[in-house]
Amino acid sequence: MRVNFTVNGRKQEADDVWEGESLLYVLRERMGLPGSKNACEQGECGSCTVRLDGVPVCSCLVAAGQAEGREIVTVEGLADYARHRDDAHPGAGCAAGTCGTSLDQAKRRQAGPPDEQGAEAAELSPIQQAFIDAGAVQCGFCTPGLLVAADELLETHPSPSDQDIREALSGNLCRCTGYEKILDAVRLAAARQEETVR
Amino acid sequence: MALHPRAASVPAGTPTRITQGSQTRGGIGESTLRPDGTLKVTGEFAYSSDMWHEDMLWGHTLRSTVAHAEIRSIDIGEAVATPGVYAVLTYDDLPAAMKNYGLEIQDTPVLAHGKVRHHGEPVALVAADHPETARRAAAKIRIDYAELPVVTDEASATAPGAVLVHEGRTDHHIGHVPHPNIVHRQPIVRGDADAAAARADVIVTGDYVFGMQDQAFLGPESGLAVPSEDGGVELYVATQWLHSDLRQIAPVLGLPEDKVRMTLSGVGGAFGGREDLSMQIHACLLALRTGKPVKMVYNRFESFFGHVHRHPAKLRYEHGATRDGKLTHVKCRIVLDGGAYASASPAVVGNASSLAVGPYVVEDVDIEAIALYSNNPPCGAMRGFGAVQACFAYEAQMDKLAAALDMDPVELRQLNAMEQGTLLPTGQPVDSPAPVAELLRRVKARPLPPEQQWLSADADGSSVDVRALPGGLSNTTHGEGVVRGVGYAVGLKNVGFSEGFDDYSTARVRMEVINGEPVATVHTAMAEVGQGGVTVHAQIARTELGVSQVTIHPADTQVGSAGSTSASRQTYVTGGAVKNSCEAVREQVLEIGRRKFGTYHPAWATAELLLESGKVVTDGGEVLASLADVLEGEAVDVELEWRHRPTEAFDLRTGQGNGHVQYSFAAHRAVVEVDTELGLVKVIELACAQDVGKALNPLSVVGQIQGGTTQGLGVAVMEEIIVDPRTAKVRNPSFTDYLIPTILDTPTIPVDVLELADDHAPYGLRGIGEAPTLSSTPAVLAAIRNATGLELNRTPVRPEHITGT
Repeated sequence: MRVNFTVNGRKQEADDVWEGESLLYVLRERMGLPGSKNACEQGECGSCTVRLDGVPVCSCLVAAGQAEGREIVTVEGLADYARHRDDAHPGAGCAAGTCGTSLDQAKRRQAGPPDEQGAEAAELSPIQQAFIDAGAVQCGFCTPGLLVAADELLETHPSPSDQDIREALSGNLCRCTGYEKILDAVRLAAARQEETVR
Repeated sequence: MALHPRAASVPAGTPTRITQGSQTRGGIGESTLRPDGTLKVTGEFAYSSDMWHEDMLWGHTLRSTVAHAEIRSIDIGEAVATPGVYAVLTYDDLPAAMKNYGLEIQDTPVLAHGKVRHHGEPVALVAADHPETARRAAAKIRIDYAELPVVTDEASATAPGAVLVHEGRTDHHIGHVPHPNIVHRQPIVRGDADAAAARADVIVTGDYVFGMQDQAFLGPESGLAVPSEDGGVELYVATQWLHSDLRQIAPVLGLPEDKVRMTLSGVGGAFGGREDLSMQIHACLLALRTGKPVKMVYNRFESFFGHVHRHPAKLRYEHGATRDGKLTHVKCRIVLDGGAYASASPAVVGNASSLAVGPYVVEDVDIEAIALYSNNPPCGAMRGFGAVQACFAYEAQMDKLAAALDMDPVELRQLNAMEQGTLLPTGQPVDSPAPVAELLRRVKARPLPPEQQWLSADADGSSVDVRALPGGLSNTTHGEGVVRGVGYAVGLKNVGFSEGFDDYSTARVRMEVINGEPVATVHTAMAEVGQGGVTVHAQIARTELGVSQVTIHPADTQVGSAGSTSASRQTYVTGGAVKNSCEAVREQVLEIGRRKFGTYHPAWATAELLLESGKVVTDGGEVLASLADVLEGEAVDVELEWRHRPTEAFDLRTGQGNGHVQYSFAAHRAVVEVDTELGLVKVIELACAQDVGKALNPLSVVGQIQGGTTQGLGVAVMEEIIVDPRTAKVRNPSFTDYLIPTILDTPTIPVDVLELADDHAPYGLRGIGEAPTLSSTPAVLAAIRNATGLELNRTPVRPEHITGT
């Protein structure tokens, strides 16, 4: 069958999709978007989390056909999505980073040696940058799913409590970090977001 | 530029020598960020399951549905005839005389021949144009099994007339094991434990059970094999040790090692579970047979069968002490279940026995550790490697002893704590700082987290946040029946491969000028599995070579072996190799400088020279030349092997010998809240203090400690692969049924890092990855015992153990 949908803002169509294929498989193997991860393919680990019409879902549990006509955001489109969100809902003064130096930019400059903070770092979404800065990335296999889930949390709860963060991310397993630095990252992104809006 | 003042300001215990490049940004001791971080947060980092090749096929493994059986026949006719199928392979298709592989003992069949020995053993392979086609074709293969009785524990393994898991063993352990169903046995006898027991005022005994834990790395076993024109194969795969894989793969493919070219692809965690081969040979066989690239990706169900697990163990301990609390003796027997194939079992036995009494001074010991062959799932390496099971038991014993003596459990531990110079049960002295008492002091001195945190601070006291209670979102309690407990534990882990293993690493370092900037390239075969070795290698190169630009070359088999990313050894050994090669590069760079500029300044010939911030400087801080000028038109390229101090095998009768290189120490304090009515446990804080020798990257160090702590928490309260004792079949191979801690299960993990240099190690560092996994489990158990008053002698603690139902 053919599936038509929008992925990261672009209209896509996938041909010859077998009816049993998951959205995860179509994204990874047919769209060339391997960012969503295949850690359990049982809906238990959250590594394949994408947003389907804005709602975080395990893409391994979504049949590709269910995505017909709908909008998907994967980790590959997260930075762009965050930028458009800022454009659509700018803060009280101005959109992120357009007036003066944001806390985000200032901290980014301080973090690490210059060779690891290349030009592309500036294109990351706040939650992506916070994961790097807080040391929340080790093997990184859980990271894409956590980023999509955390980004949605911060969109709906700009100042989450620790219990809010834990609840929102409880569907995403991480085996490396012990979660402490993931909490740090979400707190950091929230603080930077607040600073930017102010 | 003044270089000397740094020496005065470093914390006590770190080496006071001038460090090369200490002024260069991004060197050792800084929390430099991961070079692969941006790729990992954007989804662009290529993990082994992300590999793709035009015209590639998908491989699938058919696995046995029974644990122990003769294979009477295999019918592949219907599978071969399935449209879209390119190849179906069984044992008969193996191309070489060598049909087995193994880390130490080559007892593991590439595909089962004649017999299967455990549930999930690979029997046949399929390559097809779609993964679902491959799965469906595999399901059409008909296998006629004649089931055999299963061996599942020590009693069934050593009973008269027991079925032998491996008949006709010829490995080098068979000569000294008491039964052919025992892989390896290591006694350790020192002093006279019986005589010492007679002097004891108090003796406590205990029987302990440690469940089978899974590494549960998130990135599934996967990779891509591409046949090459010379008849060889290129393999892109996630592993912990490329060269060890290569040594096992090439002989069964019937190829020389130089025709199997391996490149590390992105590794989604490992924790020991990638030391053994999984899909490597299978993908290569299918690629060579079909002439097409073949990708294999396990799903989670298959992943549970595709790698070895942590050895489940039964442990019997006897501890004695005088009335004033001094340990008189320890007797123990540790039975590890190795499952159907040997994997790392012999080395796990060596660790469990030599570390069986933990970080304590005990002169009289009688220790025996064995690993069984059984029809249970094969067990091998996992973070903590034999030391974990022992720590769980000896720490429970220390608490029991403290209770019997009416002493504080931390004071009892401190009274008996090992120090620098203490002899291990193997007779080997601990010749570096051993701050066991200090680590315990630090976790104990930390303020306790506030009581009843589930009560909302801004309410009148009646508002309850159930998310902070045992049972969490399940809303099982509002605090009634919830009791708090506090528990302590400390552990001792060896670093690196022990018992005489030639534990070397290799690093190639190149330095040249690119676009006017000096650039160092570091090429090793080290597997980056998430631990952050790539970050640290760049930091070492910056420190040693005074450059800011460092490129980490992808790990492959085009450079010498780096050894395994395990045993907390990579920063020590491959980090040491990078440092060593950088030092050689530095000498050559200075030689070039002397040749080019030596006549301009006498310091080139007379002074101690350093590379600093892209320049050659004297130890007095005078700049002689820029590295760009020195290296213009020339490149320096060095590849060297590096070894730590040699170790020796343990005596097979007495266990005596200098078997270990280095030790790692961590202590935990666990604070738990237990709903005693429902048996639910909430760990609310798990504080750790660890000595890391020297924190090369403090951010990564803390991340490793928190991650290791959480794996220990998991095995304490939830993680266990359950094997049916009658059939030896695995009951819970999924993330639905095998539970690992979520962010809701994991408490805050404050970490206190101590840096007491080990003068034998590069920069004074200690391996750090494993020690926190040892002590967190017994600390949580001790806290639950403290809360409930129950004995609790097994992991994981389940609700029924607490409620007694």
